Amino acid sequence: MPLPYYVSPEQMMKDKAEYARKGISRGKSIVALEYSDGVLLVAENPSTLLHKISEIYDRIAFAGVGKYNEFENLRIAGVRHADLKGYSYSRGDVTGKALANAYSQALGNIFTQDIKPFEVEVLVVEVAEANGSKNEIYHILYDGTIEDEHNYAAMGGQADEIRRFLKDNYREGLPLEEALQLGVRALMVTQNKALTELDLEVAVLDRTKERRKFRRIPPEALSQILGGSR
Amino acid sequence: MTDQRWQALFGDYSNASFVELLRATSPHMLPSLSAGSPEEPALPASPHGTTILALRYRDGVLMAGDRQATEGFQVAHRNIDKIYKADDFSGIGIAGAAGPSMEMARLFQTELEHYEKVEGEGLSLEGKANRLAQMIRMNLPAAMQGLIVVPIFAGFDEKAGVGRIFKYDITGGRYEEAEYFAQGSGGKDARDSLKKRYRKDLPKAEALSVALEALMDAAEEDIGTGGPDLVRGIFPSVKTITRSGFGEVPEDEVRRACEALLAERKGRL
Repeated sequence: MPLPYYVSPEQMMKDKAEYARKGISRGKSIVALEYSDGVLLVAENPSTLLHKISEIYDRIAFAGVGKYNEFENLRIAGVRHADLKGYSYSRGDVTGKALANAYSQALGNIFTQDIKPFEVEVLVVEVAEANGSKNEIYHILYDGTIEDEHNYAAMGGQADEIRRFLKDNYREGLPLEEALQLGVRALMVTQNKALTELDLEVAVLDRTKERRKFRRIPPEALSQILGGSR
Repeated sequence: MTDQRWQALFGDYSNASFVELLRATSPHMLPSLSAGSPEEPALPASPHGTTILALRYRDGVLMAGDRQATEGFQVAHRNIDKIYKADDFSGIGIAGAAGPSMEMARLFQTELEHYEKVEGEGLSLEGKANRLAQMIRMNLPAAMQGLIVVPIFAGFDEKAGVGRIFKYDITGGRYEEAEYFAQGSGGKDARDSLKKRYRKDLPKAEALSVALEALMDAAEEDIGTGGPDLVRGIFPSVKTITRSGFGEVPEDEVRRACEALLAERKGRL
């Protein structure tokens, strides 16, 4: 009987991580920025129908990079988690933290137990209430690692460069237009072509809105805001 | 084998349904009170909502309801709201047993929002109306024991550009009304009143007055329906659903319209 090949756990994890990172680095990037009235999400995404950014619940949004079918699965699981919880308790009891933890658990399990890890990173963003609490941005990696980020977050292929750019250029309390211009500039850091409204998917969690805070910014409005900076 | 696995994903069209999700993962949370048989005596008296109505007007649909819930011959609540926003372009008015009705309205709201989030776009108005019919059918065993839920569903059909009204029976039968409808213990009285005053394409102010008068007529003839309460300042709740979405008619406006109607009656009756 032939012996199965022995691979040390360390090597196996390393291989998996490398595999996942490779998949993610091929994808386009997403940034999240806190602005004066909430949180802004900007993704480079030429498709107008397949979304990378979406609504999960009243104050919670989701963004994913990497393999579409994998983060789409995670997104739907998130909507189910949130709606079930909100229906059995109350709408106020649905929190970004619980959801981010659930994603972290799921991705961690998949990473250690399945042959192929998910090639995704996700952001869970919760906008603060008007009562002075803080916005929450959770960044969850392919292996279940979870970080909470402040002011801004970036993920995807060129996340490191984008993060460096944002570190130097981000200011607190930006109005929406300026935050959006900054976000688009951040996405352009690693490429030499200019991004127009046709290459972008933009949404905000707008604190000033009633109940459901999530709002997409349509291309027409985008081109107006971006046009001002050109 | 593997073929069947991926094909099952295609067959599962209920992916976007919250009710199906509940059925699959936590059936105990589905509202159903079907423990007894129809021969068993009815459940003890529980709060019932009374009169609601909907009528089409120039901009869309107007929905209104009185504010009283009754328990047998007693008033259970004076200021309950029976017209709920179902989503941005539709509303649900509840009549019948208050507990199950409100639960159904909440489940229906979640169902619509869940679908919209999972699929990325909302259901058609027709789809929403059908979904509600199925949920009412689910309630049939409870209805046999006296816990009847008969809502009115109304909304603005964005495709057709018109307001539409749907009524239901306890078996989940769904019927579309072209002009107006009223439901609940004072429903018949409200319908009689609407029949006399309703005209096509009324402007909003007149539609409001017609609806409020119908509720007043119902309150006069039906003991379950509450009239405008000038002492406590409780007036019917009125919502409109138009091209620009679901909106509430401010209480001030309702109060003034009620007072105008009462003043006009004072001289006449």
